[in-house]
Amino acid sequence: MSKMVPLPSKSIVPERDLDKAPILETHHLGIDFGGLTAVDDLTLAVGRTEICGLIGPNGAGKTTVFNLLTNVYQPTRGTIMLDGKITTGKSTAHINRMGIARTFQNIRLFSNMSVIDNVKVGLHNSTKESLFASLTHTFGYRGAEKKATERALELLDFFHMADLAKHEAGSLPYGAQRRLEIVRALATNPSIVLLDEPAAGMNPSETAELMENIRKIRDSFQIAIMLIEHDMNLVMNICEGICVLDHGKVIAKGTPDEIKQNPTVIEAYLGKKEAE
Amino acid sequence: MKNLKSLSKYARTNIYSYGMVIVAFVVVTIAQSMGMINNFLGGLLVPVCVYVVMALSLNLVVGVSGELSLGHAGFMSVGAFSGIVAAAMVRDSISSDPLKLLIAIVIGGIFAGIVGFLVGIPVLRLRGDYLAIVTLAFGEIIKNIINYIYVGVDANGLHVCTGTADNLNMENGRIVLQGPQGAVGVQKIATFGAGIVLVLVTLFVVINLIHSRSGRAITAIRDNRIAAESVGISVTKYKLTAFVTSAVLAGMAGALYAMNYSSIAAKKFDFNTSILILVFVVLGGMGNIPGTILATVVLYLVPELLRSFADYRMLIYAIVLIVVMLAKNSQKVKMLKDTILEKIFKKTKPTEVGDNV
Repeated sequence: MSKMVPLPSKSIVPERDLDKAPILETHHLGIDFGGLTAVDDLTLAVGRTEICGLIGPNGAGKTTVFNLLTNVYQPTRGTIMLDGKITTGKSTAHINRMGIARTFQNIRLFSNMSVIDNVKVGLHNSTKESLFASLTHTFGYRGAEKKATERALELLDFFHMADLAKHEAGSLPYGAQRRLEIVRALATNPSIVLLDEPAAGMNPSETAELMENIRKIRDSFQIAIMLIEHDMNLVMNICEGICVLDHGKVIAKGTPDEIKQNPTVIEAYLGKKEAE
Repeated sequence: MKNLKSLSKYARTNIYSYGMVIVAFVVVTIAQSMGMINNFLGGLLVPVCVYVVMALSLNLVVGVSGELSLGHAGFMSVGAFSGIVAAAMVRDSISSDPLKLLIAIVIGGIFAGIVGFLVGIPVLRLRGDYLAIVTLAFGEIIKNIINYIYVGVDANGLHVCTGTADNLNMENGRIVLQGPQGAVGVQKIATFGAGIVLVLVTLFVVINLIHSRSGRAITAIRDNRIAAESVGISVTKYKLTAFVTSAVLAGMAGALYAMNYSSIAAKKFDFNTSILILVFVVLGGMGNIPGTILATVVLYLVPELLRSFADYRMLIYAIVLIVVMLAKNSQKVKMLKDTILEKIFKKTKPTEVGDNV
């Protein structure tokens, strides 16, 4: 396992000293679906190059939090701030342009498109190509396409996927599809990436590689990563801060060690694991 | 040596599509000069080109963008009648027929594009079935509006009114559009050459668009809307791009179509025409450009050539549709097609094909 680059201590716990302003903050975020409160009073902050975990039992509202952060659902209450700017009410596409990228629990690739085209779609907003250039394949088309192709290959190469570039995305093995989703998210040049169960369905060696990759992403891109994961080994190993949700409410926040000791968490979630 | 399979999809689409159109043009021109094409067949040449353009442009919406539009004939109608009016306005000032035709086609495209934009803004917020219903209604509305409009041209310029032709208040003018009777006294200036040029322009635009940044965005939205939004693509913008581009091309085709007849009524561009074009697209293959061209030519010509069978015409047409549908999904036919194409291209031009990689 690669040695971690020493980074200033960061935490999702807002009460702690953060030497820089957090990249992502939520204040009293909540959403109701009809009479059901799916997420309530969620206040957290993520440091600029922090890897933080969002954990909790099934149905705790973890994915809903991601959907709120990317405005797939509009929050009923509270605000979200990215780098000091309020993102609440902005469209999903706009929020991505502001700097939040994500992957999905049930993989959502453009499965009929090639691997490289998937990444190029991610590069959409950094490719300078007008509609006129698109229609006529002139006036900067070649230059823009070449740049996008080069950048896409560079990103794929980073995850050792460059040789798969021409394959259809839907035909890739499961693990590679998950990796491609991360590459596509990174292509949008985000300042924080939200990973929704990146290790789901992976075997232990794939998970180990994923952990390596997550650290690599943070160290090379210098961005924050927030992840939802059920694999406690992964969470406890790579996350610097952890937030535990249960029934839509935060029941604990802290470092992995603090979370491991927390009696409420053990009761709600980890207790089941220890009983095994 | 590289064979056809190793080529990029882009290069293959290009070779098949442009090749098919150019070969067709050469064959028809030679046949014409040898006197092998009679009046009846000659009269079908322009409509075939028009329907190819219609099918290609609809494929942009249905195949590439993944939205079901049932009002494509409506844009054809807008293009046809605005083209007719434009041609009537320049009838005396411009003597060159090709130039007049060009003006009619360009104006037809512009007006259809504007209408496409206005219809697209609200409509593209809808999804699936709703979009189909609204576009269907749009086609019917356009038809009825044109049925109600009277247009005339005189020395003072353009006169437009509704109700009856008497409201036009013209002095020695010429009536261009006569309500339910449609356009009358249209100059027949459409030619097969112009049709082929329009098909080539359409191919250029459609193929280029698919293989570009905008095209990737459109396809991405079709494949997975939520994921496309999550990587910062504005869904409405790119759906509208596909829709308007498609409307412009349909309008241009409509203008060319209108210039092929001395009179034409709005009821020609009804729901049946929209469905006919949709059939070409579906049987040609969603998003498949060469397939769409082939399907359109075959499926347009079959019922026309079957006219001598009178009553059995539509029966045979229906059988042809079913056979095409079955053949399209058959693995054996696909394998046969691949072997044939491979043999042709390997023998004739392996070097050129290789260069295109």
